[in-house]
Amino acid sequence: MTTKRKTFEYAPAPESRAIVDIKSSYGLFINGEFVDGKGGSFKTISPATEEVLAEVTEATAADVDTAVRAARKAYETVWSKLPGSERAKYLYRIARIMAERSREFAVLESLDNGKPIKESRDVDLPLVAQWFFYYAGWADKLGHAGLGPDPKALGVAGQVIPWNFPIMMLAWKIAPALAAGNTVVLKPAETTPLTALLFAEVCQQAELPPGVVNIITGAGPTGQALVEHPDVDKVAFTGSTAVGKAIARSVAGTSKKVTLELGGKAANIVFDDAPLDQAIEGIVGGIFFNQGHVCCAGSRLLVQENVYDDVIERLKRRMATLRLGDPLDKNTDIGAINSAEQLARIKELSAVGDAEGAERWSAPCEIPDHGFWFAPTIFTGVTQAHRIAREEIFGPVLSVLTFRTPAEAIEKANNTPYGLSAGVWTEKGSRILSMASQLRAGVVWANTFNKFDPASPFGGYKESGYGREGGRHGLAAYLQGASA
Amino acid sequence: MTRIDVRKTHKLYINGAFPRSESGRTYEALDAKGDFIANMAKASRKDARDAVLAARKAFGGWSTRTPYNRGQVIYRIAEVMEGRRDQFIAEILAGGTPPKRVAPCVDASIDRVVWYAGWADKYVQVLGNANAVSGPFFNLSTPEPTGVVAIIAPEAPLLGLVSVIAPAIATGNTVVVIATENHPVPAVTLAEIMATSDVPAGVVNILTGSAAEIAPWLASHMDVNGIDLAGVTDPALATELEVAAAENLKRVLRAPSGPADWLAEPTLARLEAFVETKTVWHPIGV
Repeated sequence: MTTKRKTFEYAPAPESRAIVDIKSSYGLFINGEFVDGKGGSFKTISPATEEVLAEVTEATAADVDTAVRAARKAYETVWSKLPGSERAKYLYRIARIMAERSREFAVLESLDNGKPIKESRDVDLPLVAQWFFYYAGWADKLGHAGLGPDPKALGVAGQVIPWNFPIMMLAWKIAPALAAGNTVVLKPAETTPLTALLFAEVCQQAELPPGVVNIITGAGPTGQALVEHPDVDKVAFTGSTAVGKAIARSVAGTSKKVTLELGGKAANIVFDDAPLDQAIEGIVGGIFFNQGHVCCAGSRLLVQENVYDDVIERLKRRMATLRLGDPLDKNTDIGAINSAEQLARIKELSAVGDAEGAERWSAPCEIPDHGFWFAPTIFTGVTQAHRIAREEIFGPVLSVLTFRTPAEAIEKANNTPYGLSAGVWTEKGSRILSMASQLRAGVVWANTFNKFDPASPFGGYKESGYGREGGRHGLAAYLQGASA
Repeated sequence: MTRIDVRKTHKLYINGAFPRSESGRTYEALDAKGDFIANMAKASRKDARDAVLAARKAFGGWSTRTPYNRGQVIYRIAEVMEGRRDQFIAEILAGGTPPKRVAPCVDASIDRVVWYAGWADKYVQVLGNANAVSGPFFNLSTPEPTGVVAIIAPEAPLLGLVSVIAPAIATGNTVVVIATENHPVPAVTLAEIMATSDVPAGVVNILTGSAAEIAPWLASHMDVNGIDLAGVTDPALATELEVAAAENLKRVLRAPSGPADWLAEPTLARLEAFVETKTVWHPIGV
């Protein structure tokens, strides 16, 4: 029986939100300045408290058109004429400013998204600065990227990003696009627009030429108008597989180049010879990092049968120490679920898990009175036919299955329409390489999990999408002459 | 006395065998003057699905062959093609290609297969990367085959056909090919070469018939992972196929926007089109 161990109580250690100045309302960032939209507005709230943070503009199709025109003009008159070495300097400037203002961005991200400050501060923001710095260096070296001596930019990129890593996804999209010589129109998710809007200020501070980066806010219809705009040359989308398929349909018959970073249902495979202490940390980080709002989350745990009891006991013991609560508290491990809609989806699929006969266990933790929360949860006794083993929950919910042989582990791991990531835990080197080569997934973490780096290509097989972000491959996605 | 020649029955090529269409249908292949050449099997939806099944079955074995071995097998295709050079020339001539273009086209076709054979054990080095990440991690990206690829072959009788098949199988994919409807005879000969060289059954499956009829079934087939629209000249059909392909997010290689010059030395684009980049991380420690 697992019980919460007696430990010292933590004193609250909230990060001050005084560092960030949130305006009461925001316009659209088009052609280097904030402008009013032609449509309505919507509110963005803190998912931890449900307080309204700001009023944000809902961009109409006409606004999208204005933004695309600004991007086109900037591409033709300024950005495509700049030598790569000069584009690089702007990107280096942005990288430096993002590092300088990283605490401000981290606080704002945790407020708007609900993720713990220790993640926004120690993972998201460092990666953002690094992403811009990495791609800045590519801008004047495109001829060395393996795409011919002088690869050309595509033109205007329309980019639509999700709510789980708002500013990090912005960096993943904007940095390679600009380095390759494109201009962009980017739409952040409707529940997390604030850091993208603050990034607009960074563009101004860096004196980026007007129109090179345009930020428009709105929901699905705004994103659709952007993706379908005839003058967009490149579509980059991160989000759900359903929307990814709709985008793939909408660009059919055009010459638009597309990268799609979609859903996942990653297997995290633990063999009996695994370094179990490390594996437990990897399992916990794999599914509870960012409340499980991670497309590459290790949401299916496959445990070799003979260590199953041991692994589950250790896992529950570790989960009982996770601290859920105020995202701005530096002690917090598990923040708020991003939205009421997402919480409802997590609750619904968990209820399906109960109904289909899996056994639920949740870490004992107090749930705050306001906001959207879900305790870290595992389901045991899960079979491959269960919906919680097949559908992406996108929350802090782990489905546990077992296996006996490596062949069975591979068969179960690959038995999904997704193919974004996978994890393998074993001390046997030859087994790692054998598993890694048989797993049909774009990223395989062996004896680690959820690691990201701008030099490392990231992206999926099968219905997890196509194209890669990060590294030389991520650059190629924004240049002519590459199929990626 | 003049000998009566033995005519060939032109059939489909599925799973290493030569079945007639299960539908029992045929159509007439005609030469440039509109004269009868042969009755061709007219593949059906069921034939296309059988071919996908065969390609899927062959994928595991073919994709895990050593790259050196795949290169040898593809090189062997060129060797056998060389022995059938005169047959190809005669068939392409009969199809109506201007005589002075025929032999160069056949020679280029054989050379093209040799070119791609040589890529089988090299493209991983060119398209893959060792990634210098900022932490104590080994991190390597390598391209792997996408899976089962459907190909609508271009009109160019033999050169177009080998130019789309060879890159797809060089990287370890297995393919279902719809031969050009108007010049299908060289495709059947190529199928015989596949059957008599060392290409395992199911790696290459070749259908004759109407692309407009069969391609939509392949584009919407949930066990097909990629589709090459090289031979689709009707923009409405191309769009229809791309829309259908979105259902399981097939990798789509769009048709060239203008007439393709198949004689030009290829780029890596076709090798790159149907591979997936896999990145493996491992901590470095003691």
